Amino acid sequence: MIAFVLRRLAQSVAVMLAVGLIAFMLFRYVGDPVNNMVGQDTSLADRARLRQELGLNDPAAVQFGRFLARALKGDFGVSYQYARPVREIIAERLPATLELSVAAVLLALAAGIPMGVYTGLRRDGFLSHLFLAVSLVGVSLPTFLTGILLIVVFSVSLGWLPSFGRGDVVALSWWTTGLLTLSGLKSLVLPAITLALFQMTLIMRLVRAEMLEVLRTDYIKFARARGLPNRIVHFGHALKNTLVPVVTITGLQLGAVIAFAIITETVFQWPGMGFLIVQAIGFADIPVMAAYLVLIAFFFVVINLIVDLLYYAVDPRLRIERGAAGGHGR
Amino acid sequence: MAADGAAPGALRRLADSDLFWSFRRSPVTLAAAAATLLLVLGAVLAPLLAPHNPYDLASLDLLQARDPPAWEEGGDWSFPLGTDDQGRDVFSSILYGLRLSLLVGVGAVLLAAILGVGLGLLAGYAGGWIDTLIMRIADVQLSFPAILVALLVDGVARSLLPHERQEQTAVYVVVFAIASSIWVQFARTVRGSTLVERAKEYVQAARIIGVHPVMIAWRHVLPNAMGPVLVIATINLAIAILTEASLSFLGLGLPVTQPSLGTLIRIGDNYIFSGEWRWMLLYPAIALAGLTLAINLLGDWLRDALNPKLR
Repeated sequence: MIAFVLRRLAQSVAVMLAVGLIAFMLFRYVGDPVNNMVGQDTSLADRARLRQELGLNDPAAVQFGRFLARALKGDFGVSYQYARPVREIIAERLPATLELSVAAVLLALAAGIPMGVYTGLRRDGFLSHLFLAVSLVGVSLPTFLTGILLIVVFSVSLGWLPSFGRGDVVALSWWTTGLLTLSGLKSLVLPAITLALFQMTLIMRLVRAEMLEVLRTDYIKFARARGLPNRIVHFGHALKNTLVPVVTITGLQLGAVIAFAIITETVFQWPGMGFLIVQAIGFADIPVMAAYLVLIAFFFVVINLIVDLLYYAVDPRLRIERGAAGGHGR
Repeated sequence: MAADGAAPGALRRLADSDLFWSFRRSPVTLAAAAATLLLVLGAVLAPLLAPHNPYDLASLDLLQARDPPAWEEGGDWSFPLGTDDQGRDVFSSILYGLRLSLLVGVGAVLLAAILGVGLGLLAGYAGGWIDTLIMRIADVQLSFPAILVALLVDGVARSLLPHERQEQTAVYVVVFAIASSIWVQFARTVRGSTLVERAKEYVQAARIIGVHPVMIAWRHVLPNAMGPVLVIATINLAIAILTEASLSFLGLGLPVTQPSLGTLIRIGDNYIFSGEWRWMLLYPAIALAGLTLAINLLGDWLRDALNPKLR
C-alpha cells in the first residue's frame, strides 16, 4: 500500500515538473519578457539593467529553479494584459469556475444516473429510445452550439433566464459566490445545463451499459430466485455495483468539465478562468497562460491521484492481485 | 492501385462483402452516408455552386448587409439564405465554410494518423526506453482533454508566429493544434496491435532471414496493425471538426476573412438579440451539426461492422 502511494506520488510530481518546464519555457522564451514590461522609449541601458535585475542573464537551470520556487508560492508574475499580479486575477476568477463546474457535475449525476437506470431496465421502452437518440445528438452538438440554442430559447424567445454574466454575487472573505442570490442562481441555470449535457450523456450510457452487464450476472438471478422484489434487486443489488465505475469516470471527467467550462464561459460571458484564458490567448498574455497551464495541470494531477487511490481503496480485487503478485516476486 | 481490368471484380467483391451488406441493411447509416456525401459534394464544388465568392471583398456591398432569406419579406433570390453583417451571402459562406471545416478536419486527422501510427509503430516495435518515453508522454497527454491541448498548442503557436502573418498561417496552426491533441489515440492503438504482431511467427521468420527491422516494421507489421486506424480516424474526424469549430467560435481558430462554420456561428452569435440570428446563426449551425452527426453515425456503423465480437 505505502509503496503504491509513494510510486503514484512520485509520478504526479514528475508530471508537475514537466508541466512546470513547459510553462517556464513559455514564460521565458516566447516573446521577450523585458519588451513586454517596458515602453517603447526605454533606453537599451535601462533594458539591460532590468534584464540583469530580473535574473534573465542567469543560467537557464537557475532561472527554472527560481520559477518553480515562485510558482510554489503562487507567484506567476504580472499579467501583460491587466498589468496586475496573475495570482490576484486568478483568485478572483476561480470561484466562478468552480461553482459552475460543481453545479454541472451534480446536475449530470442527478439526471444521468436515473436515465441510465431507466434505459438499462426498460431496454425497448419508448423513453429509452428517446433518451438514446437525444444523447447521440447531444454528443454531436458542440458545447457552444448547445449553449447558444439554450440562450435563443430560454433568454431571447421566452425571456425566463439571463443569458450572460453571473448575476449578483456575495463576497465571503475572498470567495465570491453567486449561490446566495436569486439572480445568481438564475444565471447559473443555463451555463450549468450546457456544461452538464455532455457529461450527462456519458454517465447515462455508462450506467446503462453497466446495468445491462450486472443484470446478467448470477447473483442477480439468485436474488430474484430468493423472491426479492424488483425494487430491491434493481436498486439494492444492481445499481450499487454499477456505481464504482460511475464514481471513477465522474472524478476523471471533473477535469474535462473544467476544460469545457472554457467554451461555456465564453458563450455565457461567465467571469471565470475559462473566459480569462481565452482572452489571454487572444492577447498573447503569457504569464496568465503559464499560470493557467500549471494550475489546470495541478487540478488534473490531484484528481487523477485521488481517483487512483480511491479505486485502490474501494476495489479489494486490485489489492489482492497486487499483493499476490508481490508475494511471489519479493 | 490495382489495374483497371480488376475493377469490376473488386466492385462485385465489395458489393458481396459483409461490410456492404450491413451498410445496406441500416437505413440510418444509408441516410448518414447520403448526408455526408451531399455535404462533402457541396464543399468540394463550392466554387461552382455558390452564387457569390465570400473571399472576394470587392464584391461586398454593405447596403445589402443583414438581408433576410429570400422567402421572407425584404429577401432577394440572389442571396437565398440572406446575408451577414458584411453583406456576404450566407449560403455561399456556408459552402465555403464547410470546405474549410472539412479541410481542417481531414488535414488534422491525417497529420495525427501519420504522427500517431509512426510513433506507435516505433514504440511497439522498438520497445525499451523508446517505448517507455513515447507512451509516458501519451499517458500524460491523455489525462488532459483534447480541446484543452488543442487550445494551449494553438495559443503557444500563435504567440510564436509573427502577428501580421496570422491570417495566412491560421489554417496550419489550427491543423497542427488539433493533430497534436488527437495523435495519442492512434499511437496507443497501433502500439497495441504492433506488440501482438511482433510476437507472431511471420515476423520471427522475417527476422531470421535477415530482413532489416525498419523493413519488417513497415512492410509486414504495419499493414496488419492498420485495421482499427480507419475507425479511429472516422470518429476523430467528427471530433476534429468540432474542435476546429470550437476554436473558431472562441475567436482562436480561423479569421473572419476566411470563415469556417465555427467562425460563421460566432458572427451570428453577435446578432442573437436582434432577429438576424435566424439565418446568420441557424443555417451554419445546422450545417455543422448535420455534418458531425452524419460522420458520427458512419463512425458508429463502421465500428460495429468491423467488430467481430458483435457479429
